[in-house]
Amino acid sequence: MADQVKISKKDRLSVWWRSTFIQGSWNYERMQNGGWAYSLIPVLKKLYTTKEDRAAALKRHLEFFNCHPYMASPILGVTMALEEDRANGADIDDVAIQGVKVGMMGPLAGIGDPVFWFTVKPIIGAVAASLAYAGNIMGPILYFVAWNVIRMAFMWYSQEFGYKAGSKITDDMSGGLLKDVTKGASILGMFILGALIDRWVVVKFTPVVSTTKLQKGAYIDWSSLPSGLTGVKEALIQQKDGLSLTMHQVTTLQDNLDLLIPGLAGLLLTFLCMWLLRKKVSPIIQILGLFVIGVGFHYLGIM
Amino acid sequence: MQLNAIQIILVVLVSFLAGMEGILDEFHFHQPVIACTLIGLVTGHLIPCVILGGTLQMVALGWANIGAAVAPDVALASVASSIILVLGGDFDAKGINSAFAVAIPLAVAGLLLTILVRTISTGIVHIMDRAAEQGSFRKIEMWQYIAICLQGLRIAIPAAMILAVGAGPVKALLHMMPKTLTDGLAIGGGMVVAVGYAMVINMMASREVWPFFAIGFVLAAIDKLTLIGLGAIGLSLALIYLKLEKSGGSGSGSGDSGAGGSNTGDPVGDIIDNY
Repeated sequence: MADQVKISKKDRLSVWWRSTFIQGSWNYERMQNGGWAYSLIPVLKKLYTTKEDRAAALKRHLEFFNCHPYMASPILGVTMALEEDRANGADIDDVAIQGVKVGMMGPLAGIGDPVFWFTVKPIIGAVAASLAYAGNIMGPILYFVAWNVIRMAFMWYSQEFGYKAGSKITDDMSGGLLKDVTKGASILGMFILGALIDRWVVVKFTPVVSTTKLQKGAYIDWSSLPSGLTGVKEALIQQKDGLSLTMHQVTTLQDNLDLLIPGLAGLLLTFLCMWLLRKKVSPIIQILGLFVIGVGFHYLGIM
Repeated sequence: MQLNAIQIILVVLVSFLAGMEGILDEFHFHQPVIACTLIGLVTGHLIPCVILGGTLQMVALGWANIGAAVAPDVALASVASSIILVLGGDFDAKGINSAFAVAIPLAVAGLLLTILVRTISTGIVHIMDRAAEQGSFRKIEMWQYIAICLQGLRIAIPAAMILAVGAGPVKALLHMMPKTLTDGLAIGGGMVVAVGYAMVINMMASREVWPFFAIGFVLAAIDKLTLIGLGAIGLSLALIYLKLEKSGGSGSGSGDSGAGGSNTGDPVGDIIDNY
């Protein structure tokens, strides 16, 4: 067959680059449809030459589409393969192409969200943020490089995979590998979330529960220290030995809570937010509410 | 402080970039740790802006655009708060804290702008429909670029407005805030992180993965473990679990939903639900 039209690697690279902009015209009616059609244009241009064919192809790809933006890449790959077969005379109708798109976008979005938004991003973000928090310029650089290398590599290889697997990919979806990746990501994600809640949700209660007078010898007796720098040295040595700086031991509510397990209040707050979310309380309201509580409690001296 | 013309142009450009990325979610120029750094870079106050970015990033870790839902807008929050930090001229911890405090209301305001632009885009795809009927690739491309530019302007215009108002009013506004308010907002900032994490947990939780959450929580209390160390432990646990599950044969776990958002088989979730 002499007149076979083939999609070249250059076309596929072009689609890969364009799919970076897939969410550009995100809208409430058909979501990523504009970006989807925009991404496929290099392929459609090559495959179809008459005005009627081109119009039909564009209309076909302006249908509803919404997926995780990176997970759209394997679907683009499969769709390219289907369009290529169709342009070369295979019997693939509009319904089949739309069916593949819709059939894949749900499950794949279900993988993309936990893997990228809830595992890769919090981990890279937390490392970068803690560096940046200390004023280290490596924080932002690390985030930018790591995120984009992972993203671009994933998008290219999954699009190639989709193109090669063609319509067979839907079978692979039910296969073991992707399921393992999803499960592994949610295990790692939950583990890291637990750690992040302990480290970064800061809830501190300031009320003093008890003030006990310490025994003599348990605190630094400032009046009996030698004067001058030797006195400072002596005080520091005594403090290192575990002596208290004051005569009283102050126990705050926070100290008591920390004895149970550090970060408990933060954990309970997170559970409260989960409960509120399930009761359909908007996250925005929760965020504003927590600020109001922060200011209010601080004013009252509780936090 | 006052910015010169070139700096102003660069700040607006960075804002435009952040606005585009706010919807594209690809290069992540809108993430606080990057957007604040870029503003710091072009205005010559790199390190305070990096610190502000790190602080904001911590809050925004769990925010994600899922499906049709939009998270609070980090693009406007990071760009505007770092411009305010630079204009305000206070680069100590207090200055960074008060810039951080204004960032959150800005994130909510940015959300409204996002919704507005997404509604305008609905009109744009109807224009694309007509272009499709004519088989015109060029017009569809053009409207895609216009839609992206609108998202850029969504942040660039407010940024330019803050620059136009100038340092004086911004500074006055920041100084008007009483100390109880700024301190209280900082305390609130420590807590709002929980909302993002709660959203994520609601998506991922299942009976199978709750124990890993508990292990992570308890291990994090050991101060000597860095996040990278914790990541290595978590990754190893996941690999071990997957391996054991396979060799375990009968696959008792295979009936559970893995991730993917279903809340069935999530005991803690059920308790929370029924409470």
